[in-house]
Amino acid sequence: MKLITAIVKPFKLDDVKDALKAVGVQGITVSEVRGFGRQGGHSETYRGAEYKIDFVPKVRLELVVEDSGVDAAIAAIKASAVTGKIGDGKIWVSTVERLVRIRTGEEGPDAI
Amino acid sequence: MLTQSRATVENYDSSTDFFPDMTRKRTPLLKRLLIALTISSGALVATGSIALAAEGDFDAEGAITSLATATNLLWVIIGASLVIFMQAGFALVETGFCRAKHASHVVTTNFAIFGLGFIGFFFVGFPLAFGGFSYGAFGLNAPIGAPLLGSGEWIFLFKGGWALSGGGVTPALLGFFLYMVAFMDTVATIPTGSMAERWKWGSFVIWGFFCGAVYYPLFAAWTWGGGWLSQTWSSMNLGAGYVDFAGSGVVHAVGGVAAFAGAKVLGARIGKFDKDGNPRAIPGHHIPMAMLGTFILLFGWFGFNAASTFAATDVQFATVATNTAIAGAFGAIAGMFWITKRSGKPDPGMMANGMLAGLVAITAPCAFVAPWAAAVIGIIAAILVIESVFFVERKLKLDDPVGAISVHGVGGLFGTMCVGIFSNGSYGAGWNLSDSDGVKGIIKGDWGQLGAQALGVAVIVVVIGGVAYTFFKLQDIISKKMGKGGIRSSEEDELIGLDIPEMGVYAYPEFVKS
Repeated sequence: MKLITAIVKPFKLDDVKDALKAVGVQGITVSEVRGFGRQGGHSETYRGAEYKIDFVPKVRLELVVEDSGVDAAIAAIKASAVTGKIGDGKIWVSTVERLVRIRTGEEGPDAI
Repeated sequence: MLTQSRATVENYDSSTDFFPDMTRKRTPLLKRLLIALTISSGALVATGSIALAAEGDFDAEGAITSLATATNLLWVIIGASLVIFMQAGFALVETGFCRAKHASHVVTTNFAIFGLGFIGFFFVGFPLAFGGFSYGAFGLNAPIGAPLLGSGEWIFLFKGGWALSGGGVTPALLGFFLYMVAFMDTVATIPTGSMAERWKWGSFVIWGFFCGAVYYPLFAAWTWGGGWLSQTWSSMNLGAGYVDFAGSGVVHAVGGVAAFAGAKVLGARIGKFDKDGNPRAIPGHHIPMAMLGTFILLFGWFGFNAASTFAATDVQFATVATNTAIAGAFGAIAGMFWITKRSGKPDPGMMANGMLAGLVAITAPCAFVAPWAAAVIGIIAAILVIESVFFVERKLKLDDPVGAISVHGVGGLFGTMCVGIFSNGSYGAGWNLSDSDGVKGIIKGDWGQLGAQALGVAVIVVVIGGVAYTFFKLQDIISKKMGKGGIRSSEEDELIGLDIPEMGVYAYPEFVKS
C-alpha cells in the first residue's frame, strides 16, 4: 500500500477529484495548506506598497492506494492538475506500513 | 418672519435675506436654521388656522408656512439620521482595512465613539459651539447664550444652555442638536482609523469625551457658531468670511489633523517599517467589508451635505446632493486610474480612498459650485489623496492603516480651499450675514474668498492641529508618569492582537490561528 500526497492549485481540486474517481480511487482527504517552492512566493501591492505573499495557498490531497494503482493515480493527478505554469505543485509517494478501517476493524488492502 | 419663510416656498430663492432685522453678527447657519425653526410658532399657526377654517376664514398663508417649517425640520432629522448611519460606514471601513486579530477592538472604538463624543457634546460641546447664537433663534429675538471668550468680531467660545437645559428647548433646537452631534461624531471617529491596532482603550475613551466637549466645538464655534473666522468678511474684508457649507474644514480637516497628531504620537505599528525605514504593506483582513463601508459613507453623505441646507424648502439641496454624487463618482474612478498607473492594479483600498476624498473635498463647496467643478474637485482630490498616502508613509514615515490623514486631512483642506477657487457666485448671498451677493471664488475673479479660506486652513493646521498634538502628547506623558505606560498598547498586546487583551473577545473565535 502506498500513500500518495499531492499539492495542487486550489482551483484544480475538482478536476483532480474527478480524474481520481475515474481511475477507481475510493477516498481522498483534502486540506487547505500554504507554502512555497522554488519560486518562493510572489509579490503584490496593497495601497501602493509592495508586499510579498511568502506562503501561497494550495490544496493537499492524501490518498492510500494499492501498489498496483499508484501509476494510474499519479497519471490522473498529473493530467488533471497541470497548467504548465509555475506553482502547479508536487506529488510524492510513501509506503504505508499498516492501515485500519475503524468501523469494521479490517486491516490492510481491505481497509482501503 | 413667517411671511419670509413662505417666500422660500414660493420663490425657491434662498438668497433673499429672510431675517433683515437680525444683527450682522449672526451666522448663516442660524439663518438657514431659522427657516426650520419657526416650527414652534408654525404649529401655533396651524392650530389657529384649523379653528379659523371652521369659521369659514381659512388662513392659507399660515397653513403653508406651518407645513413648510414642519417639512424643513423633517429634512434636518432625516439628514441627522443619515449622518449617524455614517458611523456604520466608518466602522466597516476601518475594521476591514485592519487585521483580523484587532477587529473586535477597531470596530468597538467606532461603536463607542458615538456615545463618548455624544456625552461630551451634550454637556459641554454644544453650548460652547452654538450657545451664543442658536438659542437666540428660539427666543427669536434675544440669544439665550452669550460670548464666553471674546466679543464683537472676535468671539471665540459661547456659553449657555449646558446639557440642553434652560429656555428655548424646542423640537427645532433638539433637531439642530441631533444634526450637529452627528457631525461632531464624524470628527471624533476619524482618528480611530489612523491610530488603529495600537491605541489603548482607556486613552481612546478620554479622546472621545475631549473631542465632543472641547476639540470639535473650538473650530465649530469660530465658524458655524458665528465666531471670529465667520466674520473675517467684516474684520479683514475677506469675501463672505470663512465659508464651509457642510464641513470639509469644520468636520473633516479638523478630524484629519487629529488623525495626524494621534498617529505621530503613537508611532507606527510593529512591522510597518523595515530596518531601513521602508514601508511594508499590512493588508486589511476584509476588503468586502471596507468597500461596503465606503458605500454606506457615500449614502450617508447625502444627509451630511444635502441636509445642510437645513430646509427642504431651499431646493439647492438637490444641487448639493448631485454635486456630492458627482465628486464621489469621479473621485473613485480617478483613484482607480491613478493607482493603476502608480502600482499596476486598481487597488480597492485606494479606489475607496479616492471616492471618500472626492466626497470630503466637495463637502465645503457643494452648494456653491457647478457640476463640472464638482467633477474637477473629485478628480483632483482623489489624485491628491493617493499621492498624500505615499507621502505620509514614505516621507513622513507615519503609519495610517486606513488613510484617514490623507482622506480627511488633505481632502478636507483641499475642499476648504475649493470654495475660494470654484464658487460661481450663484448661491450664498448674505452668507455669514455679509454683504456678499453670492460666494465667489477666483474663477469669478474674487481672491478675497480664497483668502478667508486660506486663513481657515492655516488655523486648522496650526491651531487645531496644535491642540490635537498637545492633547495626545500630554495624555501620553501623564499616562507614563502615572506608570500606565502611555497611550499606546503594550508591545505584547499589539503582537497577539488587541482583541483578547483589550476587549476580552475575538472577532472571529472560530477562525483563530493556533
